[in-house]
Amino acid sequence: MNLLKRIRRGHTSDTIFAFVALLFGLSIVVIMGGIIFQLWLQSSVARSEFGWSFLWSAAYRPGENEYGALTFIYGTLVTAFLAILLAGPVGVGIAAYLVEIAPDRVNRILGFVVELLAAIPSIVYGLWGFFVLAPFLRDYVVPVIQASPLGWLPIFGGTFFGPTVFTASIVLAVMILPTVAAVSRDVIRAVPQDQREGMLALGATRWEMFRQAVLPYAGSGVLGAIILGLGRAAGETMAVTFIIGNSPRLFDSLFDQGATLASIIAGQFPEAGGILLSVLIELGLVLFIITILINISARLIVSLISRSPRGGIRA
Amino acid sequence: MSGVAGWKPLAAAVVLSFAVIGCGNTVGEGGAPQAQGGKGGGAEAAQSINAAGASFPAPFYTAAFQEFAEESGIQVNYQSIGSSGGREQFIQKAVAFGASDAPMDEEEEQQAGGGPRHIATVGGAVCAAYNLEDAADMLNLTGDVLADIYLGNITTWDDPAIAELNPDVQLPSDEIAVVHRSDGSGTTEIFTSYLAAVNPAWEGGPGAGSEIRWPTGIGADGNEGVAGQVQQTPNSIGYVAYEYAAENDLNCAAIGEGSGNFVEPSVETAEAAIAAADIPEDLKVVVSSTNPQGENVYPITGFTWLLVRTQMEDLAECKAVAEAAWYLTHDAQSRAAELNYVPVPDNVVSRDEEFIRSMQAEGQPCYGGGGETT
Repeated sequence: MNLLKRIRRGHTSDTIFAFVALLFGLSIVVIMGGIIFQLWLQSSVARSEFGWSFLWSAAYRPGENEYGALTFIYGTLVTAFLAILLAGPVGVGIAAYLVEIAPDRVNRILGFVVELLAAIPSIVYGLWGFFVLAPFLRDYVVPVIQASPLGWLPIFGGTFFGPTVFTASIVLAVMILPTVAAVSRDVIRAVPQDQREGMLALGATRWEMFRQAVLPYAGSGVLGAIILGLGRAAGETMAVTFIIGNSPRLFDSLFDQGATLASIIAGQFPEAGGILLSVLIELGLVLFIITILINISARLIVSLISRSPRGGIRA
Repeated sequence: MSGVAGWKPLAAAVVLSFAVIGCGNTVGEGGAPQAQGGKGGGAEAAQSINAAGASFPAPFYTAAFQEFAEESGIQVNYQSIGSSGGREQFIQKAVAFGASDAPMDEEEEQQAGGGPRHIATVGGAVCAAYNLEDAADMLNLTGDVLADIYLGNITTWDDPAIAELNPDVQLPSDEIAVVHRSDGSGTTEIFTSYLAAVNPAWEGGPGAGSEIRWPTGIGADGNEGVAGQVQQTPNSIGYVAYEYAAENDLNCAAIGEGSGNFVEPSVETAEAAIAAADIPEDLKVVVSSTNPQGENVYPITGFTWLLVRTQMEDLAECKAVAEAAWYLTHDAQSRAAELNYVPVPDNVVSRDEEFIRSMQAEGQPCYGGGGETT
């Protein structure tokens, strides 16, 4: 009805535009639904074979066709959270420096470098981790950690050979740093200037101004940036496959080898057939759901927090 | 007017994108092999056939098929998609022939139909590559010790079991960094078949296969991944296809049984292993699982196969497949050695010949018999 009315009014171009835009808008829903439907369909063999216990079984015995997702879910969550633990504070720090402290020229150059970091292909990060970071950690960092009191913790136990959960987490941290930094920067920059000036006029120091006038407003947005980074870390594939050691285990030391959902799919897919193929697709479905859950929880947290001060900025 | 001008490009883009999607569909339908030699002609071989499968022999196949195209005018489009993919494409008749590092099982053969045969084209040795500063090129290992290292029972280089085999080598007390493949692979199949053949604990535990639940170690992707990992990590050991070890100057351990007779991998020692092995009529065996023994026999060796049907539908396509298979198993064998693959010995080639000669389509034999019998 609406459409006809508009055409009669002579706004033909408007109508067509509205229709086309609607089509494009709907396409994203169709694509999402299509992906989930396909993953569900293709994984039917694995789902009927293993049922729900697939999710908490740590079995991985290709010879006997016994598979479980737990080791991979565990590996994915540990590396992603460790990465965000490292990259979160640094990324927000970079953003705070860029907006609040850095002079204009430094801001421009540093901002460019951060964006450049985001443009590096992930396979290059993998090579860097493999050839540069792993030997560096092995020769200089790990001996120091293991000699210090921290070395007594079981998570820093065992011999460090190069490709480990620890190495993978650090590479992931570097990879998600630009995401966290760039999004946080935009959010912090969007805090109204009046807010800052008001605080400074009351005699606050720069730190007090940042902590009390900027962070509360940008907080939910910064959190959004961090969750965005977390999602990216969970889904990263090539770099992780290079340096995590690809061993499905419930590791207790970060210097042990592990595997993530994405790395096992990338590693096994080319030679997979039969039930393993179905298992890999179900692992893909699990990864998909995990990323969705991360994003939903981000929305929830952001909406909970942003209630506090009015006019908070969201990412 | 400006309004009209505004939506035109947009509408054009929409139409264009649908057109592209439409094209995608029609291309996708052409999944069947396109034998472009006239079907009715019958006498001529097809000008172009498609094949897919194992990545291990892909460098050899690519080089050989290029020369084959120049000599015969028959183009073979070989896609290196992996052994499992090769078997699946072959079963679905999406390719004229498949290629695999692992033989098809009975169920797969039944699904494929048409009297499938395994034509052995080249062999390969698997090298136990190590990175030890003081033992440049003189490490001796037995199958049992190798199995114990991969089981995690032997964890340091100066373990008495290793020291006993290497009295002249200064072995470090460092932990052994064990490297294995993380992807499914024919190289793994050859290696673990050997371990299972010589070591009961391995046979009862991880077993033989192209994919293994490894008790210990670092997983690396592909031969190049394992080679890189071994080069990068001091005190490491890993297994790689011999041609990768040769290319990357990795040290390969000499393998032996008990005392003496430790043999290093090479094209010659691997060929000797295939000649010495007890190979069944259908050629479907991983050579290392028979643990071949003898002077200068390197036991960790295996084949790779072409998968063909002896009953094909299209004569032109069948002829092209037979010609290509004959070329690989005869004319191209000297090329195999240059690329560090192991040529198949005469006893195997004569089986290959029988398979190729038994190929038929439209009631006629496909191989014209141009080549001389070995």
